[in-house]
Amino acid sequence: MTKTLIIDGQTIPFEEGQTIMEAATVAGVYIPHLCHHEGFTPHGSCKLCTVKVNGRACTSCTFPAAEGQEVVNNSKALNDDRRKITQMLFVEGNHLCPGCEKSGNCTLQAVGYHLNMLDNHFPHFYAKRAVDSSHPDVMIDHNRCIFCTLCARASQEKDGKDVFAISGRGITKQLIVNSPSGLLKDSELDVTDAAAHICPTGAILIKRTGYQIPIGERLYDHHTIDEISFAVSGSRPSTALPPSVAVESEKD
Amino acid sequence: MTAKVRIATTSLAGCFGCHMSFLDLDERLVKLAEVVEFDRSPITDIEHASNCDIGLIEGGVCNSENVHVLREFRKNCKILVAVGACAINGGLPALRNFIPLEECLTESYLDGIGVENPQIPSDIELPLLLDKVRPIHEVVKIDYFLPGCPPSADVFWKFLTDLLAGCQPALTYELVHYD
Repeated sequence: MTKTLIIDGQTIPFEEGQTIMEAATVAGVYIPHLCHHEGFTPHGSCKLCTVKVNGRACTSCTFPAAEGQEVVNNSKALNDDRRKITQMLFVEGNHLCPGCEKSGNCTLQAVGYHLNMLDNHFPHFYAKRAVDSSHPDVMIDHNRCIFCTLCARASQEKDGKDVFAISGRGITKQLIVNSPSGLLKDSELDVTDAAAHICPTGAILIKRTGYQIPIGERLYDHHTIDEISFAVSGSRPSTALPPSVAVESEKD
Repeated sequence: MTAKVRIATTSLAGCFGCHMSFLDLDERLVKLAEVVEFDRSPITDIEHASNCDIGLIEGGVCNSENVHVLREFRKNCKILVAVGACAINGGLPALRNFIPLEECLTESYLDGIGVENPQIPSDIELPLLLDKVRPIHEVVKIDYFLPGCPPSADVFWKFLTDLLAGCQPALTYELVHYD
């Protein structure tokens, strides 16, 4: 007999060993996320995918699905928290969309759109961060790094290399490159590596490709991130409601 | 006859692109003018805002005059709105935040290519620059935010018609852009 759990009142099947995020994705239920990416070891650090499992807050990308779980995902309280988390990411780095070539294809931006985030709420850090354009084909703009570690995981798990890592803690945290000089040009990174293409923001960019698709015709200019995420994973489109009409079933 | 809703607008550290986008309302401006009138604005040349219902602020805060104007708007507008990327997060002018102010001035007025009669402007009439360009919500309370670079005319229309109809303004998915 198929095992099932319940997300926002909808019964969905799962297989033993799946996380809540994996079960939801197969069932076409969108749970906002940034550090999670299908096919990579879950990291559980961005906290956007936090859901309530039987009343308790858990990151759905790391939490195992279990029989009879009652999961709250698309509630006003959770989406309010997700909006605050996204705003904190925007003020911690320097995310100036009009001047970024990733604009329109950026997952961070698309999550902001999904959550109807209209302002950044918090005071801006304007942290001084560097740009590494030493590599012939790939550049790093540290201003836009959100420390999701997807590049580090892609480099290890897909490319069989170890080009990226996160160093330091808290506000001194930074993306570092494994090379004698610390520069990308002296690392093993190749433009065809998964790690060069996985960045959800404009922090790791492929040179000379930024404006091949004009602004206004890009991924999230006309499609919501939940539509896109299911088009990519191949499962059926989400029936999830946008946050503005989210279910109000959560009890605080 | 009911009094018209008074709107004031200004551009602080902005490029007037948001004002141009507002003018993209085109023929809808005629409809708007039936129910609103403009107070201080580049459209009217009125110099100071007084008792307005809505204040639309384009641009961030980069100098002491911006701060004075912003506070004047807050004092005189029941509803104050941050319009566009620069008002919301400092925008492109905030790119100077990563360069010390002295270096910016030196490059622009002393060492820059093609500078004649090099001197850093210091006339008493000129407003002093702030060390950093700031979003306006860090200086005064802001009631609503219209993102975009610029926000499209449809954003202005949706926001103002919602407000004039007495509803809570809400921007639908297609109207929310940060670029």
